[in-house]
This record gives sequence, structure tokens and C-alpha cells, in this order.
Amino acid sequence: MSLILDNLPALLIAVPLLGAFLIPIIGRFLPKIRDAWIILVSFLSSMAAVLTAFTVYTKGTLVYVFGAAAGSGAAPIDSGGIPFRIIFTIDGFGAFMLLSAAIVSFAVVLYLVASQKERSGKSEFYALYLLLTAGIFGMVSTGDLFNFFVFLEINTLSGAALVSYHRKGGIAVEGALKYLIVNTVGGLMVLFSVGLLYAQYNSLNMAYIASQMTLTTLNIVALVLFITALAMKAGAVPFHFATPDAYSVAPSGITALMVVASQAGLYGLFRILFTVYGGVINTVTVGWVIIVIGILSMVIGVTMALPQKDIKRLLAYHAVSQTGYMLLGVGVAFAVLGDPAATAAFGQTAMEGGLFHIINHALYKGLLFLAVGAVIYRTGVWSLNKLGGLGHNMKWTMVFFLIGALAIAGIPPFNGFASKLMIYESVFAFNPALSIIAMVVSILTLASFMKVFHSVFMGPKLPEFENVKEVPKLMIAGMVILTIFVIGFGLMPDLVVDSIVTPAANALLNQGSYITAVLGGFL
Amino acid sequence: MTSGLIVRTAGRLIVPLIFIFGFYLVAHGHLTPGGGFQGGAVIATGVALILICYYYKDSIEKFSPAKNFKLIEASGLLLYICTALSALVLGSSFLFNWLNASGGLFGHAVTYGINAGDLFTAGVIPVLNFAIGIEVFGALSVVLLYMFAGLRETTRAEDDAPAPVLLKKGKKGDRK
Amino acid sequence: MIANLPFIAIALLIGIAFAIILLKKNMIKMVMGLGILESAVNLFLITIGYREDGIAPIFTNAPEGVNMVLPTVQALTLTNIVIGVAGTALMISMIMVIYKKYGTINSDKMRRLKE
Repeated sequence: MSLILDNLPALLIAVPLLGAFLIPIIGRFLPKIRDAWIILVSFLSSMAAVLTAFTVYTKGTLVYVFGAAAGSGAAPIDSGGIPFRIIFTIDGFGAFMLLSAAIVSFAVVLYLVASQKERSGKSEFYALYLLLTAGIFGMVSTGDLFNFFVFLEINTLSGAALVSYHRKGGIAVEGALKYLIVNTVGGLMVLFSVGLLYAQYNSLNMAYIASQMTLTTLNIVALVLFITALAMKAGAVPFHFATPDAYSVAPSGITALMVVASQAGLYGLFRILFTVYGGVINTVTVGWVIIVIGILSMVIGVTMALPQKDIKRLLAYHAVSQTGYMLLGVGVAFAVLGDPAATAAFGQTAMEGGLFHIINHALYKGLLFLAVGAVIYRTGVWSLNKLGGLGHNMKWTMVFFLIGALAIAGIPPFNGFASKLMIYESVFAFNPALSIIAMVVSILTLASFMKVFHSVFMGPKLPEFENVKEVPKLMIAGMVILTIFVIGFGLMPDLVVDSIVTPAANALLNQGSYITAVLGGFL
Repeated sequence: MTSGLIVRTAGRLIVPLIFIFGFYLVAHGHLTPGGGFQGGAVIATGVALILICYYYKDSIEKFSPAKNFKLIEASGLLLYICTALSALVLGSSFLFNWLNASGGLFGHAVTYGINAGDLFTAGVIPVLNFAIGIEVFGALSVVLLYMFAGLRETTRAEDDAPAPVLLKKGKKGDRK
Repeated sequence: MIANLPFIAIALLIGIAFAIILLKKNMIKMVMGLGILESAVNLFLITIGYREDGIAPIFTNAPEGVNMVLPTVQALTLTNIVIGVAGTALMISMIMVIYKKYGTINSDKMRRLKE
């Protein structure tokens, strides 16, 4: 037992990988237990992630060194003080992202087992799914820049292969090809920046580079490349080319997990900005750049979502818009980082609002995609013009969709309200105009979702949907898990913010604690 | 499609040599340039040569269909992750080199100074090289087979038919 | 000047690769442009590791008192080559499926996903 607890960060990626590598053999020789196997492996990896998060909350930052004898540090004795072993550093922010990935990935597995039952090629599908889960867990835990790039590419490749899965008709493959090309270019830009940083500081360790960082031209070039590439991954405007196409053609459960993968890209952006470049750059300028990107994402996302006829494309544009909220909150916190009085007054709240919005968005956007996927699974239609009156037949799906729509619009008592209120208040203290734009975007979001809800579920029963039944129980189970968290986080936001979000915000604002956790005891 | 007699015979002679060379690259990965991925890619070139020389349906579909290569790939990956997890069981961290300088399988100690290099050194690293070599061979073969399956192949009847007159002859009887 | 020659080559390759990716309509040519971009980044990584009068970083072949070129960047480049192979194989498979379903590989005509 203590073996497991000591080596939890290694088990975070080892358990999904072991499960993924056994699936082709199980699928060939014992296909009946494949569904049970994948639910078991997904449950175990989510448990490992939750246990890791709890260990971080009770004991502080976890540093795990790969490939060394037990108990030795990141810098071996004869290296001259430069840490070159690959480490996993999980602090408050990493634990926060692990929690959101664990909850969403398990709920989506329950949904996918039911909705993919009649498809072919299931072994490869589930193996790729577990690879994507391992990639997300690894990307938010690692403390080494090149390891971050490798997990980023694992996410890209398995994400693109999963998006293109329903090959009939070719539309899914077109969207996946665009996604793959855009993300490969982004990954190469990240690698170029990692090479630039390595050439100057001779180490790939994030904490070591953070402690030695100065402001040279090459570092500014590397920062610009990082922001561009990670904004491409997260789907922020003006780099959002691939996101709506890829989200609208993927299988619905996969889209819910791709939302979490995009937010892991946001994790990378915040880690680079706050921890690696934290004390050195002019935070006001870069903060305003992030705020402008956030405002553009919010406005353009919601205005392009209003006239859409395809349900999943509409939800994808709303995902772009909600990413703008997170960027706005954290951008405001970054802009006032150099000013301790302003940080204590509203910067901390802005950071907590932005970070809380990350997990809320993963939960309610996952719920919305699963509900819409249930509608498409039963009717086979995804155009709003042809749907209508489904509330008579699919009662549970209607309730879940309504909960998700109220959560995204920011109506109490659901979780969207709590994080949006924190963002509105703190951004208003920073600059009132930005807060007003955010509120207008929220009203437009509510209008868009009222339109979708009315045209899909309300109205008289249409004759072609006479025989539409409710979806299978496993799909409802997946949606129930997400709903529990949506309602729970909405009813008790204080508890959630104090226990989960504030450690994350403190971990980001406090660059020194990250560096001492990795380098302090071992140099 | 089938190539001519010379290509088929030379292919039959060269494919075992390609496999041996690829295996050599994988096995000596910790001493010379090479290693898992490079050796595995060279072994997959052998499969590519078989695909070029013979009819796809005759050779690969009867010799070894794609699902066997998928099993080879999965077994290579399983060897890798089990070796990595076995270090956990033995009390150290993940991917610890527990065979290095012990008496076991690859466990001689490395001698300093210039020497020719002993094959049985460096512990876990050659085992991982083998695992990756098997895996890359399986994976690249699957990629080649599936891409070849997407092409339209000529049948044996079309290949054996007498060639139509394709050469244009000029006034003096030589090719234009 | 001679020492800067690899960096000039890298800048040229990146410029050519971006021009190909943005301007060409044939999807296969776009994949080739992506391959050129990848080669440029690999060349950049290896050039970083060069040391004057260095020898190959092989442990059992090293005389005393001589510098080696950096081996870490060679590991980074190998990893990037493997990722590139996997990505290119996936892209070409997707283009094969698109050709079968759409009948064209011209990116102007692959516009079934409308705004």
C-alpha cells in the first residue's frame, strides 16, 4: 500500500498506459470483457488522480523523480548543481487540473461504452482514449519542459485520431485533418522555444530556468512563440481555426474530453507565464495582451455562435467564448501582479474566478455535449431546423440540457454563477468597461441557449420522431455524475473555492515556493 | 502488382539480411548509434520490400495478415511498461535501472577508458531497446499494410497479358 | 559568419515551409511543407549542441581532455523525428480517406464544413 502511495505520480501515467496496451490483446481474444476492462481502468486512473490531488492538498507540493534510486533528488551528485533528471512537480494548480480531468474522463467513459456499442474498431478507439487520458494527466503534472512537449504531442495525435473516428461521409476526417495540421504547427513552435531556452540555460527543468531567467531578446521571442502556440491549442481567438470544426464532427463523448485537453493547454500557458517567466517580464504589458485575447475570444465566440444551425458547432463556438472568460480573469490577475495592494484587493479574486471557471467549464460543457450527443444518437439529426418537440420523449435528456444551459449562462444556483460573479466583481475594480463587455456576452449566451432549448425540446411532437426513446442507462449515468458536480459546486461555492481553488491561485501567484520545492532541498 | 524476375529473386535474397541488420541496430543501441526506433524502422523496410516484390493478396494476406502485426506491436508495448513497472515493485522509482551493474541479465559494469564496448552492460536499457524495436516494427508494418490495401492492384491476368503497342515509331522505324 | 551559416539555413527553411503551408492548395504539398518545417526545427536543435572541436558523445570511445558535443539535444531530435513520422503517417491516411470520399485533394474544394 505504501508502495502505491509513494509512487502515485508514476501511477498517474502508468495505469492508463498499461490499460491501453492490454486492450488490443483483450479485444482479440476475450472481446466480452472489453467494456468492463475499460471502465475498470478508467476508474482506477481517476482514483489515482484524486488520491494524488488529496496528497498535494495535505502535504504540499509533490516532487517525483523518475529513474533515480528512491529518495534522491533531481540533481545528481556529479552534475554540478544542474538538475537533469525528469521530474513530475504537482502543486496546487496541477492538482486542480487533475481533479477536473479525472471527473470528466470517468463520466465520459460511461457514456462512450453505451454510445459506441454498435461501432467497429472499438479496441483501437478505447486504447486511444486511454492514451489521451494519460497524456492529459501527464501534461498537467510535469515539471520538465521537453516532457511537456512530448505530452502535448501525445494529446494532439490521439485527439486527432479520435476526432476522425466516424468515417462515413468523410466530414469527420476533414475536421480532424485541419485540427492535426494546426496543432502540429503549434507543437513545433513550442519545441523551437524549448530549444531556445535550453541553449541559454543548459537545462530543461522548469524550476531551474525560472530561477535563472533574465530578459534577453531570445527569451522574448520564446515567450511570444509559447503564447501563440498554447493559445492555438486552447482555441482562443485569433488562433481558433481548428476548434469549431474539430468539436462539431467528433463523437460527442470525445468532444467533452477534448475540452479538458484544450484546458490543459491553458494550464501550460499559465505555468509558463507565472512560474517560468514570473518575476522578470513587464506584467502590465503581457497582462493586457492576455486580456485583449480574452475579450476577443468572448465576443467573437458568442457572435459566431448565434446564427449557427448545427448544434455541436454552436456549442463549440460557445466553448471558444467561455475560454475568453478564463483568459480575462487570469489576465487581470497577471496585470496587477507587480502591485501587492491591488493583488490583495481584487487580483486574487480575479485569479480564483478564472481558475474556478476552468473546472466549471469542463463540467457544464461536458454535460451539454453529452446531452446533445444523446439527442443525435437517438434521432440522427443535428440541424436545428429539423429538430423539435423532443421534450415529450426524452425527459431526462431535457432536464440535463436545461441544467447545463442555465449553468453556462450564469444563473444561480449552478456553478457558472459563482465563477462569473467573481470575475465580474474583480474585473470591474480593474477596468469597468471590460466587465460590462463580459456581462453583455453572458446575456447573449443566455439568449442563444434559450433558442436552442426551445427549438430542440419544446413545441409539439413531430411525426418523424414518434419512436424516439430515452437513451440507455449508462449514458444517463455519465450525465448524472457531471450533474451532481454542477449542482454541488453551485450550492457550496465557498467550500469549493477555499479547498480547491485558493491553493491553485496561491501556487501560481507564488513563484518562489515552486522553485524551492524542486531545487531547495536538493542542491 | 508484381515486379520482374530479377527484383523478386534479389528481394528474396536481401530480406533476411535486412532483418539481421535491423536486429543488429536494435541490440547494439547502447554502444553505437542506433537503438529501438531506428532498428525497428529498418526491420519494417524488409516488410516494405516484400510488399513491393509480390502481390499483396498472395503474400501478406496468406503469410501474415495485419492483425498479427497488431499483436506484435501490443506485445512490444507490454514488455516496455512491465519492465518500467517492475522497477516500482523492487522498491525504487518508476523506470529505475535496476539491472545495471548487478549480476543479472545485462549486468556487467561499464569499464572506463577507450574500449570496444561490452554488449552485456547497461542494465534495463537494452531490454527497453528490444521492446521498442518490436513495437516499431509491428506498428510501421501495420501502417504499410493498411496503406497498401488502399491501392488498386493489378491482377495477375492483367500483368501476364501481352503489352499493347505503346511505342510510336517515326518514319525511319525508331522510337519517336 | 561561417558559424552562423546553420542558423541562416534554418531561417530560410522556416520561411519556405510557412510559405508552402499557407499558399499551396494541394494537401499533399501542404504535408510536405510541414515535413520541411519539422526538418528545420530538428536542424535547429542539433545546431545548438555543437561545440568547437568536439567529438561524438560515445562513452567508451572518449580520450581524456576532449570536449564532446551535447548528447541531450540529440535525444530531443530523435524524439521529434519519431513524433513527426507518426503525425505524417496519420495525415496521409486521412488524406487517403478524404480522396476516397470527396474525389479531390484540393483544399479549396474540401469545404463541406461551412461556417
